[in-house]
Amino acid sequence: MAFKIIEGCVNCWACEPLCPSQAIYEAQPHFLTDARKCTECEGDFLHPQCATICPIEGVILDGVGLAVNPPGSLTGIPPERMAAAMAEIQAR
Amino acid sequence: MELKVLGQDTPAAPSPGGGCASSGCGGNSDHLAHLPEAIREKVHNHPCYSEEAHHHYARMHVAVAPACNIQCHYCNRKYDCANESRPGVVSELLTPDQAVTKVMAVAASIPQMTVLGIAGPGDPLANPERTLSTFRQLSEKAPDIKLCVSTNGLALPALVDELCQHNIDHVTITINCVDPEVGAQIYPWVFWNNRRIRGVEGAKILIEQQQKGLEMLVERGVLVKVNSVMIPGVNEEHLKEVSEVVKAKGAFLHNVMPLIAEAEHGTFYGIMGQRGPTHAELQALQDECAGDMNMMRHCRQCRADAVGLLGEDRGDEFTMDKIAEMEIDYGKAMETRKQVHEAIEADREAQRQRAGQCFVSLTELGGVARKETRPMLMAVATEGHGLINQHFGHAREFLIYEASATDVRFIGHRKVDLYCSGGDTCGDAETALQKTIRTLEGCEAVLCSKIGFEPWGMLEEAGIMPNGEHAMEPIEEAVAAVYREMAKDGRLDAQAPETLRMRA
Ligand code: SF4
Ligand code: SF4
Repeated sequence: MAFKIIEGCVNCWACEPLCPSQAIYEAQPHFLTDARKCTECEGDFLHPQCATICPIEGVILDGVGLAVNPPGSLTGIPPERMAAAMAEIQAR
Repeated sequence: MELKVLGQDTPAAPSPGGGCASSGCGGNSDHLAHLPEAIREKVHNHPCYSEEAHHHYARMHVAVAPACNIQCHYCNRKYDCANESRPGVVSELLTPDQAVTKVMAVAASIPQMTVLGIAGPGDPLANPERTLSTFRQLSEKAPDIKLCVSTNGLALPALVDELCQHNIDHVTITINCVDPEVGAQIYPWVFWNNRRIRGVEGAKILIEQQQKGLEMLVERGVLVKVNSVMIPGVNEEHLKEVSEVVKAKGAFLHNVMPLIAEAEHGTFYGIMGQRGPTHAELQALQDECAGDMNMMRHCRQCRADAVGLLGEDRGDEFTMDKIAEMEIDYGKAMETRKQVHEAIEADREAQRQRAGQCFVSLTELGGVARKETRPMLMAVATEGHGLINQHFGHAREFLIYEASATDVRFIGHRKVDLYCSGGDTCGDAETALQKTIRTLEGCEAVLCSKIGFEPWGMLEEAGIMPNGEHAMEPIEEAVAAVYREMAKDGRLDAQAPETLRMRA
């Protein structure tokens, strides 16, 4: 099983130096993990490091493909509030 | 000597060396007077710290530090850091080597650039290798450039000793609170010891590290400035305590900045409808904090970039591919820089002398003006060098001065959306101009080098007197002159409304 970085990653470099398995690498359009190297931090850290520092919701998926940091979990903005604000801005 | 007359009214009499009576005027100004000589010397030419020097010198930033170790409710990491520039203003991420090359290229072309800062786009100390490598190379290759760094403070204690090795004499810590309960409303989480720690617990760690870092820097003789973001209803009362605490620990300046929150920035505060402070609220808090600490009012939230110093956007001259083609002989550049700095110093000295004379003549108005004219606010459009030298329509910000019968005092900056950018963006001109005029609320005159017909009329209608008669004159001298004219015309006879300063 391996963690995965998906679209939305802002290439902030925060995760890369923390990975105990050197599984994260810079790529375009965004950073990626090497599934063969990712250990899910087993044996090194209690919490998978990439998903623990990543500031962007939804861009890191765990071994079963679920977002480790779902919408609202990092910013504290309730998702429905975010959706309403975005709709309002678009309607301007 | 007539200067003595001034001294009776103002506790801070001009210094024996013929210095400037105005608090807005550089090395001799009130807000530096209490500092030890060594610190004053350091501050003297620093565009971030000396009110007067920032007319003449400039700083630049390089974006080498993308990662961050905390989340702030006023920041959206999908854009650049809110500390450094407004969201959406994307700066080019540089490697340390690229940054060093760019800094040296700019320093060689713009000798006024004397300070290099690293402030983001994330937290510089959450990227220790990139930040320290940039500093290490620059201390070696360009020793005439001062280095400074801004941080949220979380990683500061661990890195203080390494930072000190690189001759860093200025550090800015953003401290928004000293109470974890307040902190929990500003910082949803911090990354600490390989864990994401939320709420009060996380805020407590951040506050501890900030305070420890501040103490360690002061112990080592490093200048520390504290920035605070004023968030109405969250920390505006609390910031008075913050001001006391950081002063007691030895921070030499405390700069209170307004929260900027708009839904389109996508920040927590923006989306949740948290408002920023009004000019009046900001100024009231700055006044209150100034009572027990030196406030810095001219801070532009780090927008005084060297490439903008000359009033035109020179960023395009320094893209990485253009820099790669430049041949820089830094040894030679350093000599030129030295000459330019000497010329600037001579110029500043001359301005200081003139300003001294000007204040003498202010008192020549005699009793009438001194007793019965009220203070007023004036806005100034300037591209730097301490002169009134900018077209009204080109001003991205105005400097606000308070003039009274005895003094000209620098109050702060107000930013505007540029209305005269030409081309396609002109469709919106009227609204934008009205916006600009709203920014100038509370001012009774605006001084600029030139002004168009349309804004002239609208300003007059809004009760703000446009004035282009003092083009290319030193700011304080011109402000004093306009004040005198208005006093003579009897326009300042009325007692100052209580609210005048409040509207500033
Ligand atoms: S889960 Fe751990 S091992 Fe896997 S990529 Fe993330 S940091 Fe590296
Ligand atoms: S921390 Fe998140 S946003 Fe930053 S590079 Fe890693 S995956 Fe991308």
